[in-house]
Amino acid sequence: MSVIKLATKIPGFDLIAYGGLPQGRSTLLSGTSGSAKTVFGTQFLVEGIRQSGQPGVFVTFEETPEAIRANMAGFGWNIPKWEADGLWAFVDVSPRPDNQPQAITGSYDLGALLVRIENAVKRTNAKRLVMDSLGGIFTQLGATATVRYELFRIVNALKEMGVTAIITAERIEEFGPVSRSGIEEFVTDNVVILRNTLEGEKRRRTIEILKFRGAPHQKGEFPFTINAEQGIVVIPLSAIELKQKSSDVRVTSGIPELDRMCGGGFFRDSIILLSGATGTGKTLVTTQFIAGGVMAGQRSLLFAFEESRDQLFRNAWGWGIDFEKMEAEGLLKVVCEYPETASLEDHLIGIKRVIEEFRPERVAVDSLSALERVASIKSFREFAIGLTSFIKDRNVAGLFTATSSSLLGGTSITETHISTLTDSIILLRYVETYGDMRRGLTVLKMRGSMHEKDIREFTIDSKGMHIGKPFRSITGILSGQFTYRTPDEMERINQLFRSSEESGV
Amino acid sequence: MEKYLLKLYITGQTARSQRAISNLRRICEEDLEGNYELEIIDLLEHPQLAEEQHILATPTVIRELPLPIRRIIGDLSDADKVLRGLDLHTRCRDAPPAGEALPPANSLHPPQA
Repeated sequence: MSVIKLATKIPGFDLIAYGGLPQGRSTLLSGTSGSAKTVFGTQFLVEGIRQSGQPGVFVTFEETPEAIRANMAGFGWNIPKWEADGLWAFVDVSPRPDNQPQAITGSYDLGALLVRIENAVKRTNAKRLVMDSLGGIFTQLGATATVRYELFRIVNALKEMGVTAIITAERIEEFGPVSRSGIEEFVTDNVVILRNTLEGEKRRRTIEILKFRGAPHQKGEFPFTINAEQGIVVIPLSAIELKQKSSDVRVTSGIPELDRMCGGGFFRDSIILLSGATGTGKTLVTTQFIAGGVMAGQRSLLFAFEESRDQLFRNAWGWGIDFEKMEAEGLLKVVCEYPETASLEDHLIGIKRVIEEFRPERVAVDSLSALERVASIKSFREFAIGLTSFIKDRNVAGLFTATSSSLLGGTSITETHISTLTDSIILLRYVETYGDMRRGLTVLKMRGSMHEKDIREFTIDSKGMHIGKPFRSITGILSGQFTYRTPDEMERINQLFRSSEESGV
Repeated sequence: MEKYLLKLYITGQTARSQRAISNLRRICEEDLEGNYELEIIDLLEHPQLAEEQHILATPTVIRELPLPIRRIIGDLSDADKVLRGLDLHTRCRDAPPAGEALPPANSLHPPQA
């Protein structure tokens, strides 16, 4: 018998769960304190009511219903209204201030709790149920064999009631046993773990489906974030389908000579990585890319994480581009933010939201490297994958810039992590020539197209970038280890290749 | 002395329920000498009472009067524990044997002379 899934409608979760939680079963949701178990549980009921028309029951062992109603109002979840409408019921088993610790003599069962749960489920016609958290009941009655057996009985009864349940449990360590009480043996058809780890001074929330008995799901940890508008949002990285609807429509890079080097422009749905040391002209290429889009009548979106709006607009003005006018006309949108204002997961969600609202045909992010600062390498890689696949999926041309750490040659972390995700790579390099610092540009990779392999010199003036002749007398530009050759030597080498080519024919 | 009002909550007529009923009746008869009222409530018939009284486990005895309210859960097999847990004072039994720890709430309400 195959397991039917119940779509939780918690953003992103159903993608990693291949449809949702196993319907009519209980799932153990385990996490350390502060890992957002209660939010997840509450949202499970909220989305059920809001999106699926499924009433829910919240059995609380720790917080009082008053506290939950108040805490969750911050997400715009109006629990009292749903209670009044008969769509939501609390079973309040939280410790009561007027109760002394339970005096116990002889054997007992949790029949009363079961009666209350059954009553609440029947009264609301609930399809979803949350028990938060098992730790609370053990605090009240002790983690005795009786309590364990009774919980087992309740979980079985839930199955008979046909509700899909989430039962939360506390863990002590992020990577230790599934739960503190060892209760998982009883409930564990299905286990989901929430983590809130500290990596390189950054908090990172992840969710992992440890097991769904008899049902498939994505493996491993997925980042998630919590925001005031949506609650929990899971970022389903590898669950994003890699369906490359490759297009052979070309769009301009905004620089005619660069278009020629690329064999006629960038592909419409391609991701372009622009890498170079600081000051090599990345912001200029970005600005021209965006302006070129606007000039061609395309909606263009620029995310700037390094420069302020004023700076950016002034720079553009200096190259003869009027961003202000373009924005007023509605084809351009510029979003400036400091990377430190949010976590990377939140940035990703923010970027996605702006893209969905503005519906651009091209997007530039200047720079991706600035975002490295606010995250661990792992988070950064996930961010890059999430962003590129999102952009690709929408048939949008994306230009990302990456700052390499050394002035001459070298690669950036950004490059290391996203170069395989990109369709094109353009390198900007400083070139030292007999006491001069000049700039060079080359198209390193251009998926699905011929492109020029030269390293060409470029200059910048009040009209922007001008791409000139290839550097013929210098080698080692990419590595930063320059060697210079005299015209004699070059002639001799050219001769050599020519004669071997001729002899080969 | 004020009469005790005791309510015993059970779920169904199970062996445990029966045991709790007979244990509590015996304690009441032997130790309270008629100075009590006892109600037995089956939560299967009155589920909303479980919600109102915040009952978690059964059997549960709630001493509603005199205030403050006292609770004890279990099949009430240990008469001494029941008397202490519900803070019931009898003529023939004294305070709990020395050396045994009292439940904290009881110590706030020492037996009246």
